[in-house]
Amino acid sequence: MDKLSVQETKSKKGGRAKKAKTQKAEMTKNVLIVGVGGQGVIMISKVLALLCQTQGYQVKQSEVHGMAKRGGGVFSHVRFGEEVWSPTIPMGEADVLIALEWAEGLRWLPHLKHDTGIFIADTQQIVPPFACRNRTAGAQTAYVKETPTEILEKVADGYALDAGGFAEELGNSRVANTILLGALSASLDFADEDWLNIIAKFVPKGSEKVNEQAFMKGRDWIIEVRENPEEMPREATQPEMPIPPAGDVDISLDIIDDWCKSCDICVRLCPERCLELNEQQIVRLKKPDACTGCRLCEWLCPDFAITVNRTPVNKKKEAA
Amino acid sequence: MNKLDSVRSSKKLVDQSRPMTGNEAIARGAWEAGVKVAAAYPGTPSTEILENMATYNADDVVAQWSTNEKVSVDTAIGASLSGVRALAAMKHVGLNVAADSVMSVTYIGVHAGLVIVVCDDPGLHSSQNEQDTRVFARLANIPVLEPADAQEALDFTRLAFDLSEFFDTPVIVRATTRLSHTRSSVSIGPRTEVEPKGWVDDYRKTVMIPGHARIRHPVVVERVEKLSDYFSASPLNRWDKGDRSYGIITHGTCYPYVKEVVPDASILKIAASYPLPEKLIQEFTATVDRVIVVEELEPVLEVEIRALGIPAEGKSLFPRVGELAPEVLREGLARAGLIEAATALHDWQVEPLARPPVLCAGCPHTTSYMALRAIDALVPGDIGCYTLAAVEPLQSIDVTVCMGASIGNAVGMAKANTSDRPIVATIGDSTFLHSGIPPLIDAVYNDANITVIILDNKITAMTGGQNHPGTGKTLRGEQTHEVDYEELCKSVGVKWIKTVDPYDTGELFQALREATEFRGVSVLISYRPCVLDPVKIKGPALVVKAATCTACQACMNLGCPAITWIDELFEDKHKVEINPVSCIGCSLCAQICPSDCIQPLAPLTETSVIS
Repeated sequence: MDKLSVQETKSKKGGRAKKAKTQKAEMTKNVLIVGVGGQGVIMISKVLALLCQTQGYQVKQSEVHGMAKRGGGVFSHVRFGEEVWSPTIPMGEADVLIALEWAEGLRWLPHLKHDTGIFIADTQQIVPPFACRNRTAGAQTAYVKETPTEILEKVADGYALDAGGFAEELGNSRVANTILLGALSASLDFADEDWLNIIAKFVPKGSEKVNEQAFMKGRDWIIEVRENPEEMPREATQPEMPIPPAGDVDISLDIIDDWCKSCDICVRLCPERCLELNEQQIVRLKKPDACTGCRLCEWLCPDFAITVNRTPVNKKKEAA
Repeated sequence: MNKLDSVRSSKKLVDQSRPMTGNEAIARGAWEAGVKVAAAYPGTPSTEILENMATYNADDVVAQWSTNEKVSVDTAIGASLSGVRALAAMKHVGLNVAADSVMSVTYIGVHAGLVIVVCDDPGLHSSQNEQDTRVFARLANIPVLEPADAQEALDFTRLAFDLSEFFDTPVIVRATTRLSHTRSSVSIGPRTEVEPKGWVDDYRKTVMIPGHARIRHPVVVERVEKLSDYFSASPLNRWDKGDRSYGIITHGTCYPYVKEVVPDASILKIAASYPLPEKLIQEFTATVDRVIVVEELEPVLEVEIRALGIPAEGKSLFPRVGELAPEVLREGLARAGLIEAATALHDWQVEPLARPPVLCAGCPHTTSYMALRAIDALVPGDIGCYTLAAVEPLQSIDVTVCMGASIGNAVGMAKANTSDRPIVATIGDSTFLHSGIPPLIDAVYNDANITVIILDNKITAMTGGQNHPGTGKTLRGEQTHEVDYEELCKSVGVKWIKTVDPYDTGELFQALREATEFRGVSVLISYRPCVLDPVKIKGPALVVKAATCTACQACMNLGCPAITWIDELFEDKHKVEINPVSCIGCSLCAQICPSDCIQPLAPLTETSVIS
């Protein structure tokens, strides 16, 4: 078996290897950067990864971006240290979680170290179309309910900022990601000019200056807030949706059979697919429970054959 | 074997420009190995390999998109037999398309090095299945190298060409999504120019007729044995000596997770997952009390190691589905009693928001599916962005199998003749060219009463905007012939063909109605370029007049991400608004709105309309 020239890592490194390993385990820094497609998550991850490499660290930056362009979530794990193994950050081991969008930050909380993790999140809300798909009366946006106040109480070291607003003040809404990078920089031990040199390599030509301002804005903001925590905005930038009045309504359809000419328009275009033509080819409400009373059939019917009745439940009780 | 062991001998410089992804490193490795011809069909996570190949000098390497994976492998075989090093790259399911060629070229062998890069997708980040290429390799008797990080991706790809020539075999380099899309520091080297050898000129070896194949099969079997011996002695294996109470056998992308969780364990990281280095495995297992196999997906190593008479444990501890992660590994090792169980994770008590991918604002595919839903068609779909129409609000695809399956499915559905609903296959332009043409010919040949919508957005959109024969541009952006779909359909005998603009909902609805009423094969080409690639389209945004919005949310049926609720209500329901940044001004919502409250921000002029 002497022919087997297998690489024996330990014998090469000798007795120091084990010590170095344990040190490394302590030294690996985990930064998780998350957001929504198009916000620049990957760009700032690349900046951080290259910066770490130029500072002599081993670095791994892992992303999944297949669905990024289609409005899905984007996340990027950046790990650096003397020796980095797993490309992904184990659950509960992120030192810093940077979120370019509020709900995305909340999604990734289980990756953050509970006792020491730093949470830096833009309060900007990007509401997915999925969250506004409910036609029942009184429906609310299916967006996360937690406010910055609630979350900042849960995390060990939390910061919520309106990076989008800051970016607009700087005259370029695209630099919100660089503002967050600046906020991150205050928690990592790299010099400003090193950050700025690397940032300049990744941003579009001509935008170096505004990105520099954005970086410094984020950095200064977080330093300031660390001294005066009361400076921090405690609520999301967008107002809460008002809760619509109790939407308990009884919905029924009046269909004038003689006027229905079986054209099928209402059946085809009912968003909840709850209508059908019966054996006589007259429209019927097939699934009353699915009907949201949106009135689309009423408005689309060319022959005024359908009327949608919406009776508030409490009024009905009163009447009874 | 001196030549083969040279891969690590030359000291190289760390590329200081930026950390590389696995895919960039694979392209670099191939370029350094002197590859001359590289071909691929795009497919996440493999797409960037050829895109990066094309960043190297055209004099060094021919880099091109093939119409499908089989063509890319056939191209690489042709180049190899002509005496130059060749590469084909694909995602795991692409290997199925290329399978016929791969199963034969394994008998033929190579002339100059032939490397097939296959990227698996454990965890199904963007695929229709989780198949394990290591199983396929056993069927084909083709060695599989398993790089663990970008550096190894470069080194192993480079070595794969030497191996291929030395053992006269195609070689698979296997990556996974995690390797392909992880950046890490890489030492790079110069390109080794390889002198072209000229045509192989050995027809008994290269013409696979029964008489020749019968002679080649034993050669293949013998080759596998030789490869096993070679891999047993290969310096690319890695034996981390440590605690002897148990030993872990693993490879490639699983190795970093093992090092993360148990850095001081005895670990044998094998360089190739096929054929197994049996002698080395026996030597390793003799030094430890208990053998644990860590592998993603199928229990491939585990079963074969057990067949050697070694009581290996694997899938009793780790899942057979999904992607590996440090926490998954930790849980399995704890269950085996080898490490202490991790402390329970903190419960943050935050319900995550669902954010499924959606079609873009202004996506030209949208109206086709609205129209299909309106006519209540039975819709076999295909692979592309438009597969997103399978879920609400468009929810109008009834079956999606794999690339190019839609038209064949439609033929079967028509022949089964069990439904009165019109049968409409929907297929993207790139997918149609990939594998939609033979089934279209079949449909005409067998007189199937179906409609085919070719969703021509003039790009391979799902993978990030790659050219194909319908765009008239090559991978390197050079002008080339552009496929004319109408002429193509006409030539195979389709009698009803029409091209429509999907931004004209009325015209599209009407054309679809006519197409489905036609008896026989009808082809409707819905033509409108992708809003993202090759150029990002942005027109003047539309606005909702809240005063007349009746909150019917008919516009929401488009699933357009630019439309959202406002706090103003009508009959307890939210009225809507349009985000001016994401709206591209396609006007589809305005065409649908029953109360006519969606209008251009400024009065339309001729120049402000997107043409």
